[in-house]
Amino acid sequence: MFTTSMIMAILPEILLLVLGLLVLAFDLIWKSESKRNLGWLTASGLLFILVLSVAIARPAESTAVFGGMLRYDMLGFVFKLLFIFGAMMTTLFMMDAEKLGKRGESYILLLVATIGMSLMASASDLIMLYLAIETTSIPMYILAGFMRDDKKSTEAGFKYLLFGAMASTIMLYGFSLIFGFTGSTALVAITGFSMPLAIGVIALIMIGIAFKISLAPFHFWAPDVYEGAPTPITGFLSTASKAAGFAVLMRLFLGLFPATSQYAPTWTMVMAVLATITMTLGNVVALSQTNIKRMLAYSSVAHAGYALVGVVSLSELGVGSVTFYLIAYVMTNLAAFGIIAAFSKVTGSDEIADYAGMSRRNPTLGLVALVAFLSLTGMPPFGGFVAKVFVFAAAVKADMIWLAVVGILNSIVGLYYYLTFLKVVYLYRMEGENEEAHPIPLTRPYAIALTVLSFAILAVGIIFGPWFNIASSVAEGLF
Amino acid sequence: MTFPILSVIIFSPIVAALIILMMPAERKTEIRVMALMTAVFALLLSLWVYLTYDQSLAGYQFIEKYDWMPAFGISLHLGVDGISTPLVLLTGVVMFTGVIISWGIEDRPREFFAFLFLLASGVFGVFVALDLFMLFFFYEIAVFPMYLLIAIWGWVKTREYAAMKLTLYLFIGSVVALLGALAMYFQSGMGTFDMLMLETANFSPEFQKIWFLPVFLGFAVLGGIWPFHNWSPDGHVAAPTAVSMFHAGVLMKLGAFAALRVGIMLLPEGAKFWAPLILMLALVNVVYGAFIAMIQTDLKYMIGFSSVSHMGLVMLGFATLTEQGMTGAGVQMFSHGVMTALFFAATGMVYDRAHTRKIPELGGMIKPLPWVGFAFIIGGLVSMGMPGFSGFVAEFPIFMGVWQVKPWVAILAVISIVITAAYIMLAIRRTFFGEMPKEFEGHITPIKAIDKVALVLLSGLMIGLGIFPGIMVPMVQSGIQNVLRILGGA
Repeated sequence: MFTTSMIMAILPEILLLVLGLLVLAFDLIWKSESKRNLGWLTASGLLFILVLSVAIARPAESTAVFGGMLRYDMLGFVFKLLFIFGAMMTTLFMMDAEKLGKRGESYILLLVATIGMSLMASASDLIMLYLAIETTSIPMYILAGFMRDDKKSTEAGFKYLLFGAMASTIMLYGFSLIFGFTGSTALVAITGFSMPLAIGVIALIMIGIAFKISLAPFHFWAPDVYEGAPTPITGFLSTASKAAGFAVLMRLFLGLFPATSQYAPTWTMVMAVLATITMTLGNVVALSQTNIKRMLAYSSVAHAGYALVGVVSLSELGVGSVTFYLIAYVMTNLAAFGIIAAFSKVTGSDEIADYAGMSRRNPTLGLVALVAFLSLTGMPPFGGFVAKVFVFAAAVKADMIWLAVVGILNSIVGLYYYLTFLKVVYLYRMEGENEEAHPIPLTRPYAIALTVLSFAILAVGIIFGPWFNIASSVAEGLF
Repeated sequence: MTFPILSVIIFSPIVAALIILMMPAERKTEIRVMALMTAVFALLLSLWVYLTYDQSLAGYQFIEKYDWMPAFGISLHLGVDGISTPLVLLTGVVMFTGVIISWGIEDRPREFFAFLFLLASGVFGVFVALDLFMLFFFYEIAVFPMYLLIAIWGWVKTREYAAMKLTLYLFIGSVVALLGALAMYFQSGMGTFDMLMLETANFSPEFQKIWFLPVFLGFAVLGGIWPFHNWSPDGHVAAPTAVSMFHAGVLMKLGAFAALRVGIMLLPEGAKFWAPLILMLALVNVVYGAFIAMIQTDLKYMIGFSSVSHMGLVMLGFATLTEQGMTGAGVQMFSHGVMTALFFAATGMVYDRAHTRKIPELGGMIKPLPWVGFAFIIGGLVSMGMPGFSGFVAEFPIFMGVWQVKPWVAILAVISIVITAAYIMLAIRRTFFGEMPKEFEGHITPIKAIDKVALVLLSGLMIGLGIFPGIMVPMVQSGIQNVLRILGGA
C-alpha cells in the first residue's frame, strides 16, 4: 500500500529517474550538434526538482517507510537537496567540457549517481544501503574513466573501480556479520552487539565509508582519480559523493551510538585520531603539489578531516556543524573545480604555474578564485569561516580542545598553500606575454554556475543563521 | 528608530567596494573619484560619531542590535564607548588620507581600492562590535586583504615574503584567540556571544588564568608585542604607502584594542595575574624597538621599528591597569595612528621621487619638498613626546601609570624617549637637510595639492590634540573608568 509519505520520501528520486529517461529520449531524438542542449535540459530539470522538493517534500517528522528500508527525515532531505544542487552545478560545468558535454550518457550517468546518493542519505537498512552505494559508485567509475582516449582518465576510472570494489566488499562483509549474528538487516541491529564484536564490525563498515569520504589511510585513490577524471566529474566526486558518505556516517554511528552509550568513548577516540591523521596528512602533502587538481585532492582529504572533527562531539551541535560544513564545502569546492574546468578548457593545463596572470586574463574569474580559495582557507565573509568555527566549537564543547588545536594548526598550513595559489593567480605574470592578448572567455553555463556559487558562498558566510537552522534540523530524529 | 550610523559606517565601504568592482577596469579616473567619495563619506560619518558622542553620559552609545543567529546567541550588536570612538575617527582619517595618497596607483586601481575598502570595513567592524563572534568575523576580514594588498602592490623585493609572513603570524594569533573565545562561550553557559553579557559571567579565577594569555597574546600579535613583532616591520616596508598607513596606523591598534576588549575586559582576574608579564614584554618592545630603529638605514624600516616601540607603550599602559596608564594608552593609540600614517605618507612621497629610502643616500629634500619636510618634522616631534604635540599628551600619563606600579620599569622605558629623539633627529637631518646628492637635481617634482590636504589634516590633528588635550582625553578617560570598574568589581 502506498501512502503519501512514501511517495514524498522518494519524490526527488522519482523525479530524477523521470528526468533521466527524458534525457535518454532526447538523446535519441536530437542530432549530435544540438546535444549540448541536453545539459540545459538536465540543469533546468534539476532546478525544477530542487524547487519542487523544497516546496512539498519536506518531512514533518522522522518516519520509517517501505518496511524500514528508508527513513523519511530531515537528514535525508537536506542531503538530497545538496546532491541535487551539486548535480545541477556539475551539469553546467560539463556542458562545455570536451567529450563530456555533447554525450547524453554522461548526463544520464550523473543523474543515476545522484539517485544513488539520495538513497544513501535516507537508507536505514543494510541491503538498501549497499544497493544505494553501488548505484552511486558504478556510474561514477564510468564517469571517471569517461575519456577513453586519455590515458590518465582511463587509469582514474580503473583505479577508482578497483579500490571502490575492494572497499565495498569489506563493508559488505561487515554487513553480513551483522545479519549473521542478529538475523536482521535493519541498521539498528548494530546496537545489539556486545563490545569486542561490535568494534570489529564497525571497523569493517568504517573502512567502506572511509574510502567514500577519503579519510586517511584510505585516501590513496583520491589524488590519482581526481587528477585523471574529467574536471567537472572530479568536482562532483569531491563534493556530493563525499557528502553522501558523511550522511551515511552520521546516520549509522551518531544515530546509533548516542553520547551516553557504552561504545561512545572508544568510538570518539577512534574518530578523533582518524580526523587528526586525515587533516594533517592532507594538508602537509598538499603543500608540495604542483598540479592544481592534485592539490585540491589532498585539500579535500584535509577537509574531510575537519568535518570529522564535528562528528566526534556526538551532539546535536556536532551534527549541525558537520552538515553546515558540508553545505559550505560543497559550494566552495564546486566553485574551485568550476574555475579549473573553465581555465583548462582554454589553456589545456592544470599546472599551478600556468595560472600566472589569470587575474589579468579574466578579472572576474580571478575574483571567483579569490572567493573560493579564501572560503577553503576559512576566511570571512565566506562560508568556510563560519563552518570552521562551528566545527571547532563542537570540539571545544565536547572537551576536546586538543583536537580543535590540531584543526587550527592545520588550517594555518592550509592558509599557506591556498594563498600560494592565489599569489600565482594575482601576482605572477605570464612570461614575456601581454595577458590582455590571452583572455579566458567564459561560456554561459560557466558564467551562470560560477555566479550562483560565488553568491551562495557569500550567502552561507554572511547570513549563516538560517543555514545553520537547516543544518541542525538534521539532528532532529537522529537522537 | 534612529539612524543606524554605525552599521552604515561598517557597510558603506563594502558596498562601495562591490560597486567599484563592477565598474569597467579601464575607467581609472571614475574609480578613483568613487573611492574618494566613499572615503569622504566615511570620514564625515566617523567625525559625526566623534562629535556627537555624549561624554557626560559615557558608556556605550549609538547602540544597535539585530539578531543574527539567535540559536547561538550571535547578534550584530554595535556600539562605541570612550575608547573606541577616537579609533573610529582614526580609521576614517586614515582611510581618507590613504585614498588620497594612492591616487597615482596605475596597476589595477579597481582591485586595489576594493580590497582597501574591504579592509576598512573589517577595521570599523572590530572597533564597534560588541559581540564576540562578530568581532572575530570583522577581525579576519581586516586581516586577509592585507595579503593581497601587500603581495600585489607592494615593494617588489620583499613583498611575497613579507605578505606571507604577516598573514601567517596574524592568522595564528587570531585563531588562538578564537579558541579562547569559544572556551569562554561554553564556560559561561549563558549561550551568548554578547560581550556585555559575558562581562558578567564571573569566570572562575583558574579559568581566567589559563585563557587570558592565549586570548591577550593572540590579539597582541597584531599589536606587535615582543616576541611576536617580527612580521610588522617587514610588512610595513613591503606594503605600498596607503597600506603601510593602514597597517601601522590602524591595524596594529586593532590588535591592542581587541586585546583590551576581549582579554582584559572579559578576563579581568587573568589580566591582574598576568599583568607583570605583559609589563615586561611591553618594556622589551619599547626599549628594544627603539634601539633597533636607531640602527636602520632604510626610512621605512626605521618607522616600522619605531611603531613596534610606540605600540609597546600602548601595551605598557594597558598592563599598568591604572587609570592614568590606560588613558594614556588609549590616547596613544590615536596619536600613534595619526603619526605613523603621516610618517609613511611623507616617506612614500620622498620614495616616489627619489626612488630610494636609504637614509645615507638622501639629503636636502626640504628644498624641493618643503611640505613633506615640515610634516615629517611634526611627526618627529610627536614621536619624541614633545609637549604641545599629541605624543606628550599620550606618553606622559603612561609613564605616570607605570611609575605607580613599578618605578624601575618607568625609568627604563623613559630611555626609549631619548633614543627615539636621537634616531628621529638623525633621520630628519640626513634626509631633509644637508647637501642634496647630484643625481636628484631636477628629478624631485613638487607634491600635488591633494597630497598637501592629507599632510595638513594629519599634522593638524596632532597639533590640535597636543594643544587642546581636552578634545579627547576626557572621552578616553570615561571609557577607561568602565574598564577599571570591571577590574575592581571582579
